[in-house]
Amino acid sequence: MRALAWHGKQDVRMDNVPDPEIVNPRDCIIKVTSTAICGSDLHLYDHVIPTMQSGDVLGHEFMGEVVEVGPKSTLKKGQRVVVPFTIACGGCYHCNKHQYSACPNGLPADNQDIARSAYGQEMSALFGYSHMTGGYQGGQAEYVRVPFSDVGPIVIPDGVDDDKVLFLSDILPTGWQAAEFAQIEPGDTVAVWGCGPVGLFAVQSAFLMGAERVIAIDHYPHRLDLAAKFGAERLNFKETDIYDALMQMTGGIGPDAVIDCVGLESHGLAFDNIVDRVKQATFLGTDRIHALRQAILACRKGGRVSMPAVYGGFVDKFPLGAFMEKGLTLKTGQTHVQHYMPALLNAIMEEKIDTTFMISHRMPLEQAPDGYKMFSEQQNEVTKIVLKPGMAA
Amino acid sequence: MSDQQRDDGPTASSRRSDAPDELRETMAGGEGSTMSGRSVTINRPADEVFAFFRDFSNLAGIMENVERIDVLDDTRSHWVVKAPAGRTVEWDSTVTREEKGRLIEWAADEGASVANSGRVEFQPVEGRGTVVTLTTLYDPPGGVVGKVIAKMFQREPAIQARRDLNRLKQFLETGEVATAAVNREQHEREDA
Repeated sequence: MRALAWHGKQDVRMDNVPDPEIVNPRDCIIKVTSTAICGSDLHLYDHVIPTMQSGDVLGHEFMGEVVEVGPKSTLKKGQRVVVPFTIACGGCYHCNKHQYSACPNGLPADNQDIARSAYGQEMSALFGYSHMTGGYQGGQAEYVRVPFSDVGPIVIPDGVDDDKVLFLSDILPTGWQAAEFAQIEPGDTVAVWGCGPVGLFAVQSAFLMGAERVIAIDHYPHRLDLAAKFGAERLNFKETDIYDALMQMTGGIGPDAVIDCVGLESHGLAFDNIVDRVKQATFLGTDRIHALRQAILACRKGGRVSMPAVYGGFVDKFPLGAFMEKGLTLKTGQTHVQHYMPALLNAIMEEKIDTTFMISHRMPLEQAPDGYKMFSEQQNEVTKIVLKPGMAA
Repeated sequence: MSDQQRDDGPTASSRRSDAPDELRETMAGGEGSTMSGRSVTINRPADEVFAFFRDFSNLAGIMENVERIDVLDDTRSHWVVKAPAGRTVEWDSTVTREEKGRLIEWAADEGASVANSGRVEFQPVEGRGTVVTLTTLYDPPGGVVGKVIAKMFQREPAIQARRDLNRLKQFLETGEVATAAVNREQHEREDA
């Protein structure tokens, strides 16, 4: 089959790779109909995520048609499904608590050592996101092997367009969880750093959860305009002093909740800082946290900090004193996608949430390498690229 | 015995130099001077986890470097462990103590090329299933056998024990052992 494979820094190619097969009883194979490039794929593209190997197939936002099922899969051939990017078993302690991204049962035991030494515990496996997260082939391909297909993928009713539901795989639940973690109360003002796809969904979700005002912060005018469509006020950090503006806009109190949707910038890992053993073993450097630092300083006393943004290693100059003295609460984590999917599918069906506004480009899977380059270089115009296997060029 | 201060940590995690001796004394037929201890929580009833573990032939599919375990009788089993260059190392092992549903201890028979003994405990925990704690004692030998052991235990026995326990957890909780293999051929190659 054809698949987008990583070969090194800013080197991704369409390769011929072996077709996937059913390996474990709960597997299914899906024929991909739509798959997106995620902002976090750019971290792989720029090679700031460790444990990548040449030939790894990328992609963790995908959906498609079930074409083969293992003996213990509950899916049927022909069903259309969206696949969560987190691979979770549905039956362990963490899954029972709906902490799906903490499930260790999809992560091959040999791949658990790195997370054990870097994080103290292993996390869930992910599709197409390095060997530290399992080494599973991703969804920017014609076909994908999906483990735990009896509990992960959500079946999409006939007649619902791919573009409406594709983002259930990652960014919509991630934006929703980010807003939920901000513990929004009616009348709250919420500030969101970063208006990429997750930030834009966090803006939408925050309003749905009762926020009175949402202030969106970015430097790409087009992305700020998208946030404004949902009623957010825009702050461009190239034009405005963010702290001063937030203080004036909130009567000197600060936003009740702040959400960091920026995370480690694609150029944000400083390899020259790698000093200790863990960093060497894991390739993880020091994450830059400019947005988070600003968010903590701006947040009102007793407020909430939500951090959907991806960080991998260590941080310098984390304002721990401000965090403590102001009595802030921080909630973060990889998204428990399976927990949110059913309710968010309903919200989409009831047209409470719009996802299609985000898609700026649709292109054939074969053009995926061009897609990565565009997404990496033109972040103002390119908000989301959806790849369609089989689409005419 | 020294008069060092004691705490409530598991013996196998102790830094005290006499800890392996102390552990050996508590283990029926215990032998070996290097210890390792690991636990894993498995969301299944203790009786079920115990029964699976007690049928040692099940463990070959779980333990990375064990090729085959033949059950000889109620207490004795024959272990065939993969060695470099396609060779194997074999020994007999005897269950030295057993409390149904709760505990198994074993030791390699005298003269085994790899002196080793161990204990596995099964502790039910309300709402979480069973905490399985594996404690092993062994003597790291030199020479060819040392290389075998190095392979069997990877870099350190604790890591190998953790991997094996996690595979046990995966199998009992999900009915399968996780693999990122894209097809059956790759899976078999990685399993070999």
